[in-house]
Amino acid sequence: MQSSNQITLKQTPLYSLHQELGAKLVPFAGYLMPVQYPLGIKKEHLHTRQKAGLFDVSHMGQVRLTGKNVATALEALVPVDIVDLPKMQQRYALFTNEQGGVMDDLMVTNAGDYLFLVVNAACKAQDIAHLQKHLADQCEIDVLDDRALLALQGPLAGEVLAKFAPESAEMIFMSAKTLLVNGIECFVTRSGYTGEDGFEISVANREAEGLARALLADDAVEMIGLGARDSLRLEAGLCLYGHDLENDTSPVEASLLWALSKSRRADGVRPGGYIGAEVIMAQMANGVSRKRIGLKPLGKMPVRDGAEVVDDQDNIIGFVTSGGFSVTLNCPVAMGYVQTEFAQVGTKLQALVRNKKVPLEVVKLPFVKQNYYRG
Amino acid sequence: MSDIKYSAEHEWIQDNGDGTVLIGITDFAQQQLGDLVFVELPELGTEINKGEEISVVESVKAASELFAPVDGTIIEVNEALEEEPELINEDAMANWIVKVKLSDPSDLDDLMDEDAYNELTEE
Repeated sequence: MQSSNQITLKQTPLYSLHQELGAKLVPFAGYLMPVQYPLGIKKEHLHTRQKAGLFDVSHMGQVRLTGKNVATALEALVPVDIVDLPKMQQRYALFTNEQGGVMDDLMVTNAGDYLFLVVNAACKAQDIAHLQKHLADQCEIDVLDDRALLALQGPLAGEVLAKFAPESAEMIFMSAKTLLVNGIECFVTRSGYTGEDGFEISVANREAEGLARALLADDAVEMIGLGARDSLRLEAGLCLYGHDLENDTSPVEASLLWALSKSRRADGVRPGGYIGAEVIMAQMANGVSRKRIGLKPLGKMPVRDGAEVVDDQDNIIGFVTSGGFSVTLNCPVAMGYVQTEFAQVGTKLQALVRNKKVPLEVVKLPFVKQNYYRG
Repeated sequence: MSDIKYSAEHEWIQDNGDGTVLIGITDFAQQQLGDLVFVELPELGTEINKGEEISVVESVKAASELFAPVDGTIIEVNEALEEEPELINEDAMANWIVKVKLSDPSDLDDLMDEDAYNELTEE
């Protein structure tokens, strides 16, 4: 059954290493990806929170935009300040649609000569087509299929990387640098998707396995699968596109106001000017009818994606978009959307799970404190 | 030595020889599920029918139903699993989930022996 899938699924440059390490490989966004290693999701999760985890995220899309006015051009697609993004700095951004919804979330780095974008694997083809449609006449768009992406995440990530590349110690959260890591040229950002300090390392496909093996040789580093990546990002309150963010959820509804740069707001120096700006700016002025919030199920039963949320009159007032088990806190945690009048921290609600009502409380995100290195 | 049978749903059923059975999930199932974080235990006295959901075991990633392999009544649940669902990961065959009083002991004849089950999981 699986073998017929494997023919059409893509592999990352670390595929044989995953097999060698005993990974459980599953189809994900068109790739055969490691969901876990023999350590298991719980121990992988805790290892990342305590030491350093290495993730293969080569399925994600890496794109280079080159051109004279590339920053201005990209601002037509994202509600984020790209023009004044300092050199070798990274910023979180969103591709918006005409309805003010989110097509994808992405990372944008000003690499000096070009902009470096990292987009979600499942949205990669759509995003590249979107860039080509809107920006092809203004800049060169290169899809970096020849590069792998590794993430080194955890409180010891900085110490580990500094052994290979001492200059990495000067980097702070959301900065970028070209580094020689164990003699291999890498484009590195100090960022990630776990809530921990760490790095995302873009490296040529042919060098990826050598780099991974070098990092794994450090006692502090374990290979971590996508299962723990998901449980780590949920604890950190980070959105997963396709679950917490969708074409029909706006950044305002998604409680991502912080990602909407001041300069692009109504009272900013370059207000609007991106797809869906009218809708999003009206929402910022007038408010929205639903919001993304953190939900803490009381008890031990996990409440998962898709569960309906009801008030004490049994009216459906929202739904869960991500839910699972916090390994760090040893309890279930969830995120979802509820009508704004129920979005206040402390509000008591219930989720419907297998026809049973599970009591929930609206809580502040993140569930686990983010631990970024800010110098 | 007690008599252990298996279902196609990856459960083991231990015949206690007194008209009752213990039901758990197999090591194969435990490995497939990964780290368990929650086991939903049914209420005592619940009547169960073959093929119906009797419990749910949840890993970090997903929830999976446990289906009744026999007809009967739940007479005991393994309460230790409420606090320590990971006991099943540690030893799936030693940590039963429910104890059932059989309605019809001949239900056991329809279940697989160890060899047949091993063949199933090696496919």
